[in-house]
Amino acid sequence: MRTATINNNFKSEEYFINMGPQHPATHGVLRLLLTIDGEVIKKVDPDLGYIHRSIEKMCESDSYQQIVHLTDRMDYLSAHINNEAVCLTVENALELEVPERVKVIRTIMDELTRLSSHCLWWGVMGMDVGALSSYFYGFRDREMINDIFEETCGARLTMNYNIPGGLRQDIHPNFVKRVKEFLAHFKTKLPEYDRLLTGNVIFQKRTKGVGVLSKEDAISFGASGPVGRASGYSCDVRKHHPYSALDRVEFEEALHTDGDSYARYLVRIQEMWESISIIEQLIDNIPEGDHQVATNAVIKLPKGEYYQKVETARGELGVYIVSTGTKNPYRVKFRSPGLSNLSLLNHITVGGKIGDLVATMATIDIVVPDIDR
Amino acid sequence: MEIFLSINDWFVGLIPAQITGLTKMVLIALAYLTLFAVLGLYLVLLERKVAAWFQLRIGPNRVGFKGLLQTMADALKLLSKELTGTVKADKFLYNLAPYFVIITSLMALGIFPFTQNLQAYDINIGLFFLIGISSIGVIGILLGGWSSNNKYSLIGAMRSGVQTISYELSIGLSLLTMVLITGSLQLSEIIEVQKNGWLIIQGHIPAVIAFMIYMIAGTAETNRAPFDMVEAESELGAGFHTEYSGMKFAYFFLAEFINMFIIAAIATTVFFGGWLSPFGITESLPWLGVFWFLLKTFILVFLMMWFRWTFPRLRVDQLLTLEWKYLLPINLGNLVIMALIVWLGLTLQF
Repeated sequence: MRTATINNNFKSEEYFINMGPQHPATHGVLRLLLTIDGEVIKKVDPDLGYIHRSIEKMCESDSYQQIVHLTDRMDYLSAHINNEAVCLTVENALELEVPERVKVIRTIMDELTRLSSHCLWWGVMGMDVGALSSYFYGFRDREMINDIFEETCGARLTMNYNIPGGLRQDIHPNFVKRVKEFLAHFKTKLPEYDRLLTGNVIFQKRTKGVGVLSKEDAISFGASGPVGRASGYSCDVRKHHPYSALDRVEFEEALHTDGDSYARYLVRIQEMWESISIIEQLIDNIPEGDHQVATNAVIKLPKGEYYQKVETARGELGVYIVSTGTKNPYRVKFRSPGLSNLSLLNHITVGGKIGDLVATMATIDIVVPDIDR
Repeated sequence: MEIFLSINDWFVGLIPAQITGLTKMVLIALAYLTLFAVLGLYLVLLERKVAAWFQLRIGPNRVGFKGLLQTMADALKLLSKELTGTVKADKFLYNLAPYFVIITSLMALGIFPFTQNLQAYDINIGLFFLIGISSIGVIGILLGGWSSNNKYSLIGAMRSGVQTISYELSIGLSLLTMVLITGSLQLSEIIEVQKNGWLIIQGHIPAVIAFMIYMIAGTAETNRAPFDMVEAESELGAGFHTEYSGMKFAYFFLAEFINMFIIAAIATTVFFGGWLSPFGITESLPWLGVFWFLLKTFILVFLMMWFRWTFPRLRVDQLLTLEWKYLLPINLGNLVIMALIVWLGLTLQF
């Protein structure tokens, strides 16, 4: 009798809280509607659309060269890889064979982009679990990559270096030297990352067993990239459907089976090592030759449907173009990795604490413009 | 010391006898307020500089010589800012909360012996007073979070309540362990005892354990990383002071830094001999005691800043697990060991 009264008096009540669109943990304008009981999360409902720019619709009135520029603005941390996805689709449709030099440079730039994206992710990951200093270490190394980009492409974030048929201009004379300098520097700094965060007891407590995603769920939610691979789902497009120069390099697909935040963290750290190895294999033998092949000033794709997928830093990006034979595409659809990776957030965070949600979001590594487009 | 006594006599002669005590009180209070402001502002600057060193940055270096006036400028900005608040806030409690926090830290600052005889008030239950006063401070945080009418503030305040209640125990017990050696709670007495060797040396192993527990609990008590659940910015925005602006926010902010100083100052007094010099020349030069006291305290403050800029944050349930499952049992065992050591006369004395 007595216990019943006490239970009645202390009945807990679920409440609702708005996380975002302006919130430090949501990395941009993502809004999460949380239903919470005390500290325990009952439901996470992502509300999208705050940065929707209708890129897919805009593509329908742009020429194929112009579409490339728009893809920079989706997942801005993988700008180069997004550009390449569109260029590859157009080149495949035109049955255009690009020079070997272009393929190798594209792959090197891809992996540099991946490194720069993962550096930023690592810094922000530390910040999300409360270790503010890691942010600056991540950015220190990312700056060096951005400097290389700036020299060669003239831009640091939205590079626009790829065009259908090749590269906008040839690489800067310093490119090879500076990439080697960066790799030598970064190989000494990456173990530092491990010392600061990976081995830290608090960090492991915060991430191990948090946000566990099983392999079956990873496949059914369409997870890709490090999120999928941390659950044991072998989904690296670079491995399974190699494009550009990826068929001539040796690298291992980072796979873990735990599926928790810590596994996702380890996958990305391992990917950084793999990217370094890929660049090292290619940087010394960039073939001589042209940096582009001539295309018509107005590109018209033959009538039909074209699809090409690439592996961005976040996962699988698919470009689907329907052409009716005119200079504009009839329909463009981007299959962005962020959206499917975000869709499993509710599934893996329910039952955890607010702190777990933040740690999980950090390891899913969402970029909101990629989700909204 | 003679010259100060004669200044005192001359000063007392100037004013009517009835208000001598009152005048002294006001003057001492003013002196402490100045100390409080200067200490608070320069601790903030120190933290920013230390953070910069840890983060490959330079830190503030524009305002004044090498950025020395940066926090002064920040304080002026905060002073001139409009005070905004939520419409549905409980106005009375909302306005009251910052004062709870700032007054308690000011009161705690008042009883530290900066050197021989340089102490505003030498209470015979000094340590007890410090622990008690620091418990009142949390009421301010709870009130601020509750009355702001903001869910983030409320979560932050509740976390703070849980955290402080838990870690008070560890602070109290680890200090109690040391009181077993001194036999007194009075701060001047505690330092007197340490003329035979700092307590951390006198109490050797259990004292070192007590010190480590004290530093962990002290960091948690001041709500600093890795225990900054209260204002975990990646989770709660700004936590309990989300809705505060201008000077009211500055009160919370300054109090946090003063509290850090207080935690370090208690550790200095109880474990590291307070104003006593490590070389034993303090007796001839008592004013050097201020230097030694501040040096030791700032080394401990630096230690706490080091924690903050290195460690990730714990989750709220892990924080409580750490206290109730690890620190508290260790602390209780440690207390018994210390009692045995004191009883058997195994303390190290020089």
